[in-house]
Amino acid sequence: MSMTIAEKILAHASGLPAVKPGDVVEPRVDLAMSHENAALVINQFLEVYRDTGLQPKVWDASKVAIIFDHRVPAESAKTAGNQKKVRDFVAKYAISKFHDIRGDVGGICHQILPESGYVRPGAVVVGTDSHTTSHGALGAFAFGIGATEMASVWALGTAVNVEVPATIKVVVSGAFPPYVGPKDLILHLIGRISAQGANFKVLEFHGETISAMPTSGRLVLCNMSVEAGATAGIVPADDETARYLREEAGMAGEWERIVPDRDAQYAQVITIDVTSLEPQIACPHTVDNVKPVGGVEGTKVDQVVIGSCTNGRLDDLAIAASLIRGRKVAHGTRMLVFPASGKIYRQALERGYVADFMSAGAVVMNPGCGPCLGVHEGALGDGETALSTTNRNFKGRMGNPNAQVYLCSPAVAAASAVTGMITDPRKGAK
Amino acid sequence: MPTVVLTLGDDVSTDVIYPGRYMATVLPTETPQYAFADMAEFNARLKSGGVAGGSIVAAGRNFGCGSSREQAVSTLKGHDLTIVAWSFARIFLQNAVNLGLTIITAPGFVAKEGDEVELFPEGVRNRTTGTSYPIVPLPPARRAIIEAGGLIAYTRARVLAAGGKLR
Repeated sequence: MSMTIAEKILAHASGLPAVKPGDVVEPRVDLAMSHENAALVINQFLEVYRDTGLQPKVWDASKVAIIFDHRVPAESAKTAGNQKKVRDFVAKYAISKFHDIRGDVGGICHQILPESGYVRPGAVVVGTDSHTTSHGALGAFAFGIGATEMASVWALGTAVNVEVPATIKVVVSGAFPPYVGPKDLILHLIGRISAQGANFKVLEFHGETISAMPTSGRLVLCNMSVEAGATAGIVPADDETARYLREEAGMAGEWERIVPDRDAQYAQVITIDVTSLEPQIACPHTVDNVKPVGGVEGTKVDQVVIGSCTNGRLDDLAIAASLIRGRKVAHGTRMLVFPASGKIYRQALERGYVADFMSAGAVVMNPGCGPCLGVHEGALGDGETALSTTNRNFKGRMGNPNAQVYLCSPAVAAASAVTGMITDPRKGAK
Repeated sequence: MPTVVLTLGDDVSTDVIYPGRYMATVLPTETPQYAFADMAEFNARLKSGGVAGGSIVAAGRNFGCGSSREQAVSTLKGHDLTIVAWSFARIFLQNAVNLGLTIITAPGFVAKEGDEVELFPEGVRNRTTGTSYPIVPLPPARRAIIEAGGLIAYTRARVLAAGGKLR
């Protein structure tokens, strides 16, 4: 039977010769990631064993990853207590893939997993975070689950009752114009198919644009696939994947290149030519409320945020730094930069990006989720507007339901920080 | 008979149901206080005990989109609310099944606050307007979790069946 990439991975992980959309399978899990919400997972995990007479046992401690990123360093005694509880659990159960609040190996989970070589193409990755879809950038089948489902994974080593999703094929052609990139592509796609356009489905990315795209860009596409409702986003592992794993993730060992069968069945095929794609903006308060930058140019911006699991990687910081170098953040506008990991932060230091940002007036913060979901630093005041490279602009997202969040690429964000209003980087760069 | 206590549109996000700034609160006994925290009036009504158990929140498509935070489900379950929506986002739906929150997928369902609603295994009827709507049943695999009493009980049964010898 012909299969898509997701179908092949799920069939293999479930010990079946083939699967089709709608089949219910129970794949073995290769990597199970949590962040601070591991505190809730621990509760539920211990609850599974209550009154059973059995000792709680994690099925394979080497396959559990816990990364602190949502509230780092702790913003409250409550969070500090949760983090302490998780540390104690990590020690007791010998969880080795634990990334505490550190400048060397710390960072945002969706950057730490790939850069640490934890994600293998063809793997089944689950995470108690909706943006776990990110890891499809390396050819894995990666999806978000709730804390109780993770407790079940910790106990059983499998994801129970997974329905095989249908796949939408997205074929992308053309070369990006200057100052246009993966973020604009994914925002355009979400705007086109809507926030529920891929609900319960997989987005499988193909085409010359994807082949030429570095892994950092593929991570942007897969990260935001969930904003179209997708269970997973996936890019077939190729030479670029091999390069990334070898050079940036230090991963040794064998892995298989899984490609879809020639006559695999797709629920839909979407083609996009990026040759004349413009910078895209997702306007408040839904991610699919997408317009070309020209439609909102001139909107006053109180806070610019560059970073997150979507756009806090080195190439994101590089293009932002190039647009702000030698300039100043506009009076009346705040600019916050948070690199996605300690490693990226150090690389940005070495390359002078941090100095570029700070000299311009930006505040460079420690890696973490911070302002993106309004749980830590960078909350907005009533009536304020943020322009952000993060992935969600829901009402209340940046800590205040009376504020507005626009989403964009790092290039748009940096160009706009200089002018204090939403700005087309193609003009601002002149 | 259950009545509709809140009507919402499409794409109600988990940030609306349970704002991110309360995510450090995880216990199902504590999350209910922050249900729809940014909708101050409704939140106050819930906390005052002014909403009867089994009351209905009616919504459009893609209810629960966004985060995987399970608080968005435990906070609604804590108030014993039933969600009737045209469709649900995947992770929210799975979390609802796992924790035993009653969710009903009824495409086209229209109601206003105060409407009385009858729930049947195969449909819902807005008694106030007299209109009935078919429901989309949950897939059998998910019903198995509900019948087991939720995912904790389901997993516990699996662990016990294996006699702790899963590994």
